[in-house]
Amino acid sequence: MIRFTVNAKTRTFSGPPFKRLIDVLREDFGLTGTKEGCSEGECGACSVLIDGKPVNSCLIPVCQINGAKIETVESLGVPEKLHPLQDSFLREGGTQCGICTPGMLMSAVAYLRAGGDASPEAIREQLAGNLCRCTGYQQIVDSVARALGTKPKTGSKAK
Amino acid sequence: MPAVGQDKLRKEGPKKLTGAALYVDDIPVKGAWHGVTVRSTVPHARIKDIRFLKGFPWKQAVVVTAADIPGINCVRLIEDDQPLLADAITRHVHEPVALIAHPDRSAAYESLKFVEIEYEALPAALTIEESLRKKAILRGSDNVFKQFRIKKGDAAKAMKKAWKTVDTVFRVPHQEQAYIEPQGMVSWFEKDGTLVLLGSLQCPYYIVKAMQPIFGLPEEKIRVVQAVTGGGFGGKEEYPNMIAGHAALLARKAKRPIKMIYDRHEDMAVTTKRHPAVVRHRAGIDRKGKLVALDIDVVMDAGAYLTLSPVVLSRGVLHASGPYTCADVDIRARCVATNTPPNGAYRGFGAPQTLFAAELQWENLSEASKIDSLTLRERNLVKIGSELSTGQILKESVGLKKCLEVVVKRSAYAKRRKEHALWNKKKTAPTWRGIGLAAVHHGSGFTGNGEVFLKSRASLSLTKRGRFRIEAAASEIGQGSMSTLSQIVADALGVPYEWIDLEVNDTRRVPDSGPTVASRTCMVVGGLLHAAARDLKAAILAKTKKFPKTETELQAAAKALAAKGPLRFTRRFEKNTDIEFDDKTYRGDAYGSYGYAALAVDLEVDRTTYEVSVKKVWTAQDIGKAINPKIVEGQIMGGTLQALGWALLEKPVYKNGAMINNQLTNYIIPTAMDAPAMDVVLVEEPYSRGPFGAKGVGEMPMDIPAPAVCAAIRQATGLLFPEIPVTPESIAEALRRKK
Repeated sequence: MIRFTVNAKTRTFSGPPFKRLIDVLREDFGLTGTKEGCSEGECGACSVLIDGKPVNSCLIPVCQINGAKIETVESLGVPEKLHPLQDSFLREGGTQCGICTPGMLMSAVAYLRAGGDASPEAIREQLAGNLCRCTGYQQIVDSVARALGTKPKTGSKAK
Repeated sequence: MPAVGQDKLRKEGPKKLTGAALYVDDIPVKGAWHGVTVRSTVPHARIKDIRFLKGFPWKQAVVVTAADIPGINCVRLIEDDQPLLADAITRHVHEPVALIAHPDRSAAYESLKFVEIEYEALPAALTIEESLRKKAILRGSDNVFKQFRIKKGDAAKAMKKAWKTVDTVFRVPHQEQAYIEPQGMVSWFEKDGTLVLLGSLQCPYYIVKAMQPIFGLPEEKIRVVQAVTGGGFGGKEEYPNMIAGHAALLARKAKRPIKMIYDRHEDMAVTTKRHPAVVRHRAGIDRKGKLVALDIDVVMDAGAYLTLSPVVLSRGVLHASGPYTCADVDIRARCVATNTPPNGAYRGFGAPQTLFAAELQWENLSEASKIDSLTLRERNLVKIGSELSTGQILKESVGLKKCLEVVVKRSAYAKRRKEHALWNKKKTAPTWRGIGLAAVHHGSGFTGNGEVFLKSRASLSLTKRGRFRIEAAASEIGQGSMSTLSQIVADALGVPYEWIDLEVNDTRRVPDSGPTVASRTCMVVGGLLHAAARDLKAAILAKTKKFPKTETELQAAAKALAAKGPLRFTRRFEKNTDIEFDDKTYRGDAYGSYGYAALAVDLEVDRTTYEVSVKKVWTAQDIGKAINPKIVEGQIMGGTLQALGWALLEKPVYKNGAMINNQLTNYIIPTAMDAPAMDVVLVEEPYSRGPFGAKGVGEMPMDIPAPAVCAAIRQATGLLFPEIPVTPESIAEALRRKK
């Protein structure tokens, strides 16, 4: 039996040891906030935190996480009370179709906790493992910068 | 305070941001089995036999072949030529041949290894060239699905009289939409025989229409519901018809719900892509730099079946002359059949292909005339009163000149061009630098009489509880339609944005407001809702002397007004009598209005690795009115990056008629580090028939970056690439050949 915590709650798993973490989260625990985009660690939609570090949960067999601390998007906020990072994404246009958003948020939250640099270049590097096809990334970068307390420079310039 | 023009927060944002939004694969469906697809492995063959081999417990599974289809074996769209399951003949690799459902997802996939298809090979045409050479005949006598011609004046005569002429063949490849959520559908039959489909999709009523011939069901026995959809970009316009049909066939035979969720590899290999195109573009200018002759030949690769190709081609041909005036024009366009998976809708819908040629050709004309390409453009831009290739006279809302001026100024185009020219002369510099420009127009809404035939409807209700509710089949796919439509309605009623709700996109509950395509949702559906809101407001005012100012007042009024059900007003699209288009001759007003855009790209090419780094993009886009500027900017920047990917990174590799790099590992889409900083300016030249002046926005950003990138690469390297993507390998090869 494998024992670990998910969003501060102790969980056990006694199924196939090579079941992917993403499937355990979605199928066994009903945590469908974590999304599957490519199944091979390219898109980052399934990013979760393992002991504080962002990883692609589609690449992790559950047997590897015995004793680990897992955090998913469900640990941040709820629609009625967003986490400050989620609120920044809402205000800066950081989510469009939303499918990359949970993974993007988990990569960003790790960056915030590490005291990440608010420069666009540094933010872009941190998010390079999370693909987004909707936004062109700028509003995501602005969202993270806003959460870091920097007011993004961009804004509409209607003529 | 008005809502229009404000960065109102996304209605569905909080749910998406917390993981609470349910996409199709997130929805628990009790007792559902998993459906998988047996596909052809050859491009063209007679199917002799399908064998289900020993070694798999077939008793646990349900198998469907073409013989199980109760009605017509077709994926109904413009025509019925595409089978839902290949029967006697397969016409492309990955064509669905049979379906299998099993209670366990991995067992369902495992079963595919125990199916064997016996083929008798037929000759195959895998490319445009092979199709035109009739290597195999797939359609009629010449493989041509559809052709169009636009003829104005005498292009041949004008070309002879021109001062300078150029003649170039441009080529653009397939492009994968690469929405991050792969396609998926759930289906079941209700006890009363109603077929239900719930999935990731753009056009619920397309599916209602497509299911009728397959199952012989009337419209009212088919219910389609959109799950939260993780991106579409056209890729979820028509393909969901196919998955819906498959899931429903399995559900019928298995007598239980079926879940079909494609994985990334299957999704990229089998679903529709942007049409590859070959455009031979001949243009002539006079001594003043005026465009005097255009002779353009367009061929698009449709793939094995018709799907939406005629409409894609139509938009392509109507944009082929670019946003310029030219008296003598001859444009011929064909889409041809090949033994490859059918191509279909992708943001831009034919226009990016022809505009790539139209825009990049200015660089060749500049070379021939020694007049810079900006000046040439300025001398030929459309303005109010200009005539397009169809004879359409532009009567209003033409912001192209302003867009170009803004971009030239903000990018310091002339200064950078000079600086780059000096930099490129330095022998020791590690890079070459270039800046390039492009300008485009993009027709908003359906082409020609499309909206007239569609007669779309949208409703607005006041509910008993005192909420305003939008009822439309407009699908939120990330583009922000929920917020945009709510802002239009809020201001038309004069109430706060927060008072507006949206009905679930369920064909049981919402009228057919048309497909979510063609940059039409804000302008067309928004226009209908704007009118319905005026009707509703008048009805409320007629009953209550003062329009409710607070939610409490509204609730009190609603109790009386909506006692017996919602007070509902529905508007249907009506033909504008002064907009005329002749579908037979392609003369007249092809679109009620056009968006306009200009864009500059600044980039560097590494002299050692030939890697291209885009440093910055400046763009100005005339979209009539930005209902929600933040959302509009998000559309523009997102579309711009998809187009930069098409120009520089995204290279679908086809072998034996199938995409072989069907994974995100080797079909490279841009990451945050590939994306440049973007400077976006919104130009607002209002369109009198759009809600608050709005025109379309969604597709235009896709039209414009590729030719600007190639123009910038030309300044950097001296090489004009008439073909994309321009990869380091293509630059290396071109330089090697030049030496």
